[in-house]
Amino acid sequence: MRRHQHLSIAGGRIVLAGAALGLAVAPSFLDAGGLTVLTEFLCLLVLALMWNLLAGYADIVTVGQHAFVGVGAYAFYGAVVLLGVDPYLAFAAAALMAFAVALPAMVIVFRLRAAYLAVGTWVVAEVLMLIAGKLPNFGFGSGVSLPVRVAREFGARPDVRFATIYWLAFALAAATFASTWLLLRSRIGLGLTAMRDNEEAAGATGVNLVRARIICFLWTAPFLGLAGAIITLQKLRISPPASFSIIDWTVFVIFNVVIGGIGSLEGPILGTALFFILREYLAQLGTWHLIILGSLSIVIILIEPGGLWGLLRRVLGGDLIPVSHRARPGFETNRKS
Amino acid sequence: MTEHATILEIAGLAKRFGGLTVIDGLNLTVGEREILGIIGPNGAGKTTLFNLVAGVLQPSAGTIRYAGREIGGLRTWDRCRIGIGRTYQIPKPFAHMSVFENVLTAAVHGAGKSIRAAREQAEAMLALTGLAADHAQPAGQLTLLDLKRLELCRALAIGPRLLLLDEIAGGLTDAEVDTLLGIIQRVHEKGTAIIWIEHVIRALRKLCHRIAVLHEGAFVTIGEPGAVLADSRVKTIYLGE
Repeated sequence: MRRHQHLSIAGGRIVLAGAALGLAVAPSFLDAGGLTVLTEFLCLLVLALMWNLLAGYADIVTVGQHAFVGVGAYAFYGAVVLLGVDPYLAFAAAALMAFAVALPAMVIVFRLRAAYLAVGTWVVAEVLMLIAGKLPNFGFGSGVSLPVRVAREFGARPDVRFATIYWLAFALAAATFASTWLLLRSRIGLGLTAMRDNEEAAGATGVNLVRARIICFLWTAPFLGLAGAIITLQKLRISPPASFSIIDWTVFVIFNVVIGGIGSLEGPILGTALFFILREYLAQLGTWHLIILGSLSIVIILIEPGGLWGLLRRVLGGDLIPVSHRARPGFETNRKS
Repeated sequence: MTEHATILEIAGLAKRFGGLTVIDGLNLTVGEREILGIIGPNGAGKTTLFNLVAGVLQPSAGTIRYAGREIGGLRTWDRCRIGIGRTYQIPKPFAHMSVFENVLTAAVHGAGKSIRAAREQAEAMLALTGLAADHAQPAGQLTLLDLKRLELCRALAIGPRLLLLDEIAGGLTDAEVDTLLGIIQRVHEKGTAIIWIEHVIRALRKLCHRIAVLHEGAFVTIGEPGAVLADSRVKTIYLGE
């Protein structure tokens, strides 16, 4: 690796660390509007990291990710409003319920492959949305608002509440990122990365493909459920079409990961950031905003299937977020055969 | 063949793809200290045989016993875990991982070691196969020769008791083949049985205890290399004379 590449990687890491620091202190300088956008950003970042883990590493190209967001939202509402559980404990209910739904949903993941899997996960998600619309205590198909008393638990004044919700989203995103990074650094992650590059060879090299898929699928569910709970808290409402929105919680997420670069940790971060930057600057263009976004994603994929990060990585010559393993320095000169 | 226990025992093995019979009632016994060469024209079923032994394909009929145990129900990674290592004729590297990580994955998942313990194993195998200097390279950027080395290195890092080599010497120069022969010899001396599909007859003649000739999914003959290669039937099938 050349010297200027070392410098660029260091520079890239400083930018990344600066952004993380900025997010960590955002409530001290942003107004409610800014915090709302950043809360959404953090939730979508969680969804992108999880979809990337499934599709980018474990070859589970799911189109039903929104199911777990919706289940988390409904479980949160059910726990906090119907059961009167402490609001902070209700987050645990959201995570657990998403995990509980993931267990039977796994049957589909392991029976189907490729395009069939995509359709299968989508169908499961739609069925769950329809079931949510049949629940009498959850306002049937039109949904129901979160009572004011619940919202007040997170801050009596709106500005305090926005900051609290932001902190929750920040904590979730940080936990999702850190744990996924550790997963990828572990022996399981080594196997997942091998699967990403060549599934058959990974199997022949001893990587248990089925177990790796099970771990990834179950891994993502609680994080998605928690994101659903925070989204509910921010929107102060659950409803089948919004809580189980395939466009918001799956389609945009797929766009973000693919534009940013699938099969890396940097890609989902880059893609989600770009999505929000474009949205902020192009939103006034209305539909054109989505047309530009769609065209951009097609152009990027045609130029570089590895996405924006694939392009950047070629220039930088290395990862910004190190997940790789290295030989001990100097081993090749110590033992010449 | 030397007097040793059996590592692999194949009986009545068949593989059909629809109406096409690729492996047709094949029987084979391989000793645990043996190097068996397999030759045969393209389409004879050589790679299919490996895919059946490694568990990539399920047989239409017959049994495969490895180290005294029927392994028909085991998936590829389980077969790897109990010591069946393989290389691919067309290399299948983990292209975006470094050479070191490719081998580390095999030592971690194939040999069941912790990352810390696997590190040493991976380094030793890289040194053995002459890849040490390239350890930090992305595997996707290697030359064909180095990709073949990596195939071998990765298969060795799982700690195989039975090694399946699929045309590992194809496309190499004479000097490179000699280097390869030295490596394979050393691997064998450590107690690994080897089944070696190869078109480079010179290489097989040098190391193999027996050579089997596969034709239309069945063995035409198996025996001592000199005798097999002198067999008139073999010349007809293999050289098309």
